[in-house]
Amino acid sequence: MRMLKQLMFASLVVAGAIAAGPAGAQQKTITIATEGAYPPFNAKDSTGALIGFDVDIAKALCEEMKAKCEIVAQDWDGIIPGLEAKKYDAISASMSITDERKQKVDFTNPYYSNYLRILAKKGSGITGPDGLKGKTVGAQRSTVAATYSEDKLGRTSTVKLYDTQTAAYSDLEAGRLDALVSDVYPAYDWLKDKPEYEFVGEKIDLNDKIGIAVRKGDTELQSAFNKALKAIRDNGTYGKLNAKYFPFDIF
Amino acid sequence: MTGALGLLSFGDGGWGDELLRGTLVTLQLAVCALALGLSLGLLLSAMKLSKHRLPRYIGDLYIAFIRATPEFLILLLFYFGIERAVQAVLVAVGLDVAFEMPRFLAAVIGLAAIFSAYAAEVFRGAYMAVPNGQIEAAIACGMSDWQTFNRVRLPQMWRFAIPGLGNLWMVLLKDTSLAAVIAVDDLLRQAKIGSESTRAPLTFYLAAGAIYLVLTGVSDLARNGLERRARRGMAGV
Amino acid sequence: MDFYFDAKIWASDTVCAALRPVSPTLFATSCGRFIDGFFVSIELLVIATLIGFPLAIGLALARTSRSSILSALSYSYSYVFRGTPLLVQLWIFYYGFGALGASGLGLLWPLFRDAYSVGLIVLTINTSAYSAEIIRGGIVNVPNGQLEAAVASGMSWWTTMRRIVLPQALRIAWPAYSNEVLLLLKGSALVSTITVLDLMGQTRTIFARSYSLDIFVYAVILYLILSGGLTVLLRWIEMRMRLPGY
Repeated sequence: MRMLKQLMFASLVVAGAIAAGPAGAQQKTITIATEGAYPPFNAKDSTGALIGFDVDIAKALCEEMKAKCEIVAQDWDGIIPGLEAKKYDAISASMSITDERKQKVDFTNPYYSNYLRILAKKGSGITGPDGLKGKTVGAQRSTVAATYSEDKLGRTSTVKLYDTQTAAYSDLEAGRLDALVSDVYPAYDWLKDKPEYEFVGEKIDLNDKIGIAVRKGDTELQSAFNKALKAIRDNGTYGKLNAKYFPFDIF
Repeated sequence: MTGALGLLSFGDGGWGDELLRGTLVTLQLAVCALALGLSLGLLLSAMKLSKHRLPRYIGDLYIAFIRATPEFLILLLFYFGIERAVQAVLVAVGLDVAFEMPRFLAAVIGLAAIFSAYAAEVFRGAYMAVPNGQIEAAIACGMSDWQTFNRVRLPQMWRFAIPGLGNLWMVLLKDTSLAAVIAVDDLLRQAKIGSESTRAPLTFYLAAGAIYLVLTGVSDLARNGLERRARRGMAGV
Repeated sequence: MDFYFDAKIWASDTVCAALRPVSPTLFATSCGRFIDGFFVSIELLVIATLIGFPLAIGLALARTSRSSILSALSYSYSYVFRGTPLLVQLWIFYYGFGALGASGLGLLWPLFRDAYSVGLIVLTINTSAYSAEIIRGGIVNVPNGQLEAAVASGMSWWTTMRRIVLPQALRIAWPAYSNEVLLLLKGSALVSTITVLDLMGQTRTIFARSYSLDIFVYAVILYLILSGGLTVLLRWIEMRMRLPGY
């Protein structure tokens, strides 16, 4: 019964927002999902609050748009289905813009670029993708790193897929993995406290751009985000957030 | 060891309060799924005992599906499936309304769906276990069908059903841990979050295991008590 | 062993060729994965059952033995592993013990390093705990008079168990044990959370790339085939065990 009431209430709110037009739309709460397990981009602190670059960017965009925003946590596996099911309106979770995903969602312009790196223990003798033959390589399931590992390394190496990036790190440390294929930034962050590990080989550039995902056809929100993104790039807000996390430009 | 105790302590630095909150969510999951599962189970058993072929057939099919499919898969199927189905229906009738299904609810429905299939078998067994002579006697006394069911069969069915339902409750309690995989903040998920931020997985998962053991241990004692109560006045037991 | 590998390749080629027309986009990339996972699930089930069954008999005998220490040990083992969720056990063994690494686990490390073997160990432990209870139930249901008669005719405890008690206990326990094997098959899907690519692991990996719910439906069909086949096999064994006249 309560659910029905909530449903009716929700439909009233939506109907109200549509009726009120642009003025009302500014008051509407935008719900944005992030994963909360991908530091430094999104993570949870010990109070359970969501923190990280994705979260900060989302908040800065909302501030620029003068919109009320709520950030919620959602596990990676269900993050696109959840958007389709309208649990939230956007995903700011370091999501790579891929053709596979574009069939399901629309993306904003990129808010940073990513490439892959291989991590291994110092002195492992691995010097790049070619050195991984016969070794065990890990990556997080349903990421670009996983697709790359399965498609490019899968024939000659054992590829292990993890539900979260942190689980993959702990297996690298436990010695179950010889190497880890990962997005460069979280790995860079992780390496800061792990002097015994290092990047090996060259960076693997897959022309991987990161955008905010919105529901397919939600052009209103998409263009609002794009406009706000350009504004925070121009007014220096983006630069400040970038510097808070990385000493180099990540756009 | 003080390190482990520190991690599990209450307050800002420790994760004791998070684990406790997770335990409450686990219990809420189990109790809600129990309530829904018992109702669905009664309905299913009524279908299986029906005089008509179609409800019997549907009941059999459903129970066979649940018994053969991993609980994990059922939960994911309900989690992703219900929402898309409802959304599709809403779109089909021309309503562009946001349907938001909480993960907690998805987990409860999934767990109840599993519970109900097994509970239906328990209820059916309990229904048949009431001696036919008593039913005949009730009819001979002039009771209506409903009176016979309500006054003679139902009160005794519970007696026969309690041991089976007790087992199912224990299974349900343990199955709630699956909700962690669809990111319901239950006990196991809290332990996972704690272990990932502190890099002390053994401490956290052992602690979670110990809490589950306490929950099932207490349930076991309660079940024994209930069974004794249910057996009161029964001959030869 | 060669036969097994050939069977896998044959299944992969034949079944996938047959299925491709059903959904070319889906099966072109995922069919081989499904078949791989299907066989991994069967392997896990068969090995865990083959090791878990004798282990369970040992535990049940210990539980019903006159030694109170053996009995208490067997009881605690069953109590702990039946009282905690399989998922928690998997995570304790894989992530928990795994974090101790080669230095912490010493000679056990090769076993714990590999997710497949950790999955197998936990499934075996788990099923033996449940099966031990079931077999114990069978043992205590064998009429006491038979035990006394066996002892009176000079049989040792071990001979009595082997010749008189266990054959009857297993017959009594078989239907419940069959149920447990089915539960083990379903429980084995949880090894996908510790990176094992069983049927469920492959299913989730394919889903992560396609977001197509059809994947789950195909997985359900494969699990229905597995549990259906298993039920027929267990029933066949039950028939073979049945004594004439019963």
